[in-house]
Amino acid sequence: MEKDIILKAENVSKQYRLGQVGTGTLSHDINRWWHQIRGKENPYLKIGDTNDRSTKGDSDYVWALQDINFEVERGEVLGIIGKNGAGKSTLLKILSKVTAPTTGSIKSRGRIASLLEVGTGFHGEMTGRENIYLNGAILGMTKKEISSKLNEIIDFSGCERYIDTPVKRYSSGMTVRLAFAVAAFLEPEILVIDEVLAVGDAEFQKKAIGKMQDISKGEGRTVLFVSHNMAAIETLCTRVISMQYGRICGDGNATKVISDYLQNSSFSERKINFDNIQEAIGNENIRILYAAIENASVPDKEDVIDVTSAMDFKLKIVNQTNAERISLGYDLTTIKGDVVFGSGGKFDCKIGKITELCCKIPANLLNDDLYQINVYFHTNEMRGLYNNGELLTFEVKDVKRESGYLGKINGIIRPQLKWEISHE
Amino acid sequence: MKNKMHNNNVSNDWLFEITPKNKFFSLNLKEVWQYRDLLFLFVKRDVITVYKQTVLGPLWYLIQPLFTSITFTIIFNNVAGINTGTVPPFLFNLAGITVWNYFTACLNGTSDTFKSNAAIFGKVYFPRIITPLSVVISNLIKFGIQFFIFIAFYIFYYFKGANLSLNGSILLFPVLITIMGILGLGLGMLISSMVTKYRDFSYFITFGIQLLMYLSAVMYPMELIKEKLPNYGWIVEYNPLAYIIETGRYMLLDVGEISIPGLLYTLVITIAVFFIGLLVFNKTEKSFIDTV
Repeated sequence: MEKDIILKAENVSKQYRLGQVGTGTLSHDINRWWHQIRGKENPYLKIGDTNDRSTKGDSDYVWALQDINFEVERGEVLGIIGKNGAGKSTLLKILSKVTAPTTGSIKSRGRIASLLEVGTGFHGEMTGRENIYLNGAILGMTKKEISSKLNEIIDFSGCERYIDTPVKRYSSGMTVRLAFAVAAFLEPEILVIDEVLAVGDAEFQKKAIGKMQDISKGEGRTVLFVSHNMAAIETLCTRVISMQYGRICGDGNATKVISDYLQNSSFSERKINFDNIQEAIGNENIRILYAAIENASVPDKEDVIDVTSAMDFKLKIVNQTNAERISLGYDLTTIKGDVVFGSGGKFDCKIGKITELCCKIPANLLNDDLYQINVYFHTNEMRGLYNNGELLTFEVKDVKRESGYLGKINGIIRPQLKWEISHE
Repeated sequence: MKNKMHNNNVSNDWLFEITPKNKFFSLNLKEVWQYRDLLFLFVKRDVITVYKQTVLGPLWYLIQPLFTSITFTIIFNNVAGINTGTVPPFLFNLAGITVWNYFTACLNGTSDTFKSNAAIFGKVYFPRIITPLSVVISNLIKFGIQFFIFIAFYIFYYFKGANLSLNGSILLFPVLITIMGILGLGLGMLISSMVTKYRDFSYFITFGIQLLMYLSAVMYPMELIKEKLPNYGWIVEYNPLAYIIETGRYMLLDVGEISIPGLLYTLVITIAVFFIGLLVFNKTEKSFIDTV
């Protein structure tokens, strides 16, 4: 059977000018116009670097998107993931016609409505009911359409009591509920959603996710969903596109693309490894040749660490002092610097030889977050030898959850605790 | 930079296409019509929210023209001695200011369309022209209220025995106001597009409007400037706004004279400004979010 393509992006690219708009803009504009009237190519369109935030480029222009090609089938829930600045939002802006691409085109067989940051166009002085109409109309509904769905929208939002109160008196959660409710009943053929699930309580999230699933499965409508929340993406999406530096670098099955993305995206330093002592970090007392947080739950030690992984903290050191017995310890801290726990002991390390140490960190202990390892070495008499405040930085990822709640779970640690229930 | 599309199974049943290049002129009237409810709701929003949390509320609509007219009457008529003929100076000024106010409200309201709506324009698409259109319409309501106060004073002076007579051309007054609105809209769209890139224009507009008022025959009859400043009178004669104000006063108070060539000139300028404004506005709306 032929595929039912509802949306098609062909060679979409988007160029931005870096830096400030100022006097320089005028000269570029004039130059561009001068080239244009002579029938020449835009001189500023050729130059452009890969959009990598962290490196300094040569030109004032960057490509936020480069040669984006993809097709979306009717009824698909397509997730789009990528680091900040990878071009996700730019792509959504082009899709929702907020800005035009520099080159290429997007073709669509259905109305596209976007839910980029809910509550767009809400006016604080107007009541909830008035805002439903206004917001609905901004999103492209007619007054008649809204009227026919008004009761459903109010019901879904759960803001019935406050519906005739000005929105400025609403809590932020209520505003989001109301806005999502309007968009959920919008009935476009293609719904674009950007990070809405980060807000709202568990109950509302569940409702919102249920609604999104209804939209795609029950009503056969297409959803494009952008999020940093991998748990949400994995739960909801049938297909995922991952983006990097303005290009698509992965496209396919959700679980596969997400795990590839996580592996490439870890900006942490989970492992340090040196071949010889001269290069190794440390000082005249202690050298560290190798240090790593290894995944101990799977055969591949370098695999992504999630909250259910057991970990090995491995060290290879060379003792260059004149006493074998040294005191070694580490603190595991959050990236903000709170110490989660510390561990250590006194060990006999042969002088001048490589000693391997391993500390077993149990599974189901750390939360999804960034953590750091600080090590310190002392003599047997607790005289300081060497310490390193940020030896390793590593990330613990979240896993797919059963509960349906997709927000961040609070806490520095996330142990799995036993619950007992009894009835009298 | 043109990429030839190699379309296998060519199916041209796409609902729409998002492309970089704008056609030279593309105002999708059908689309604007589809969004008519939004236009109505924007007007409603502007009207009901503008004076929320003020004690005097819509009275502010009246206070401003009344006090300006009083000031003008004192300065220009009593001190400077501008002669307004048989018409009471206060009524003369009020007529000019009421019409002038509608123009400035339209221009001010539309000239920062892109800047002040950047947040909403950056997230949702709808025909952008809806926003300046809603400004022009909601200001029409404000104008209506101000016009009402003019009528009240007109009746007051009439019964006080002032020599007032209506002119038959008053029936064309709505047409005149429409021209005024379109001129304000066109100029506003033009400026709002330029402000997105060069903020200089927003500074220009604040004092530009003030300056323009003195050149628009608001507080003096057009005749007078030609008489007193024969060398510079042409500046006022080239100002289409002066003809609208002068004609407005002619219709309402039967003073001054109506200049058919002047009005035709105004009409041509208005249409030209409107279409240039629309053109630039259309070009800007596709990419302004990158430069704003």
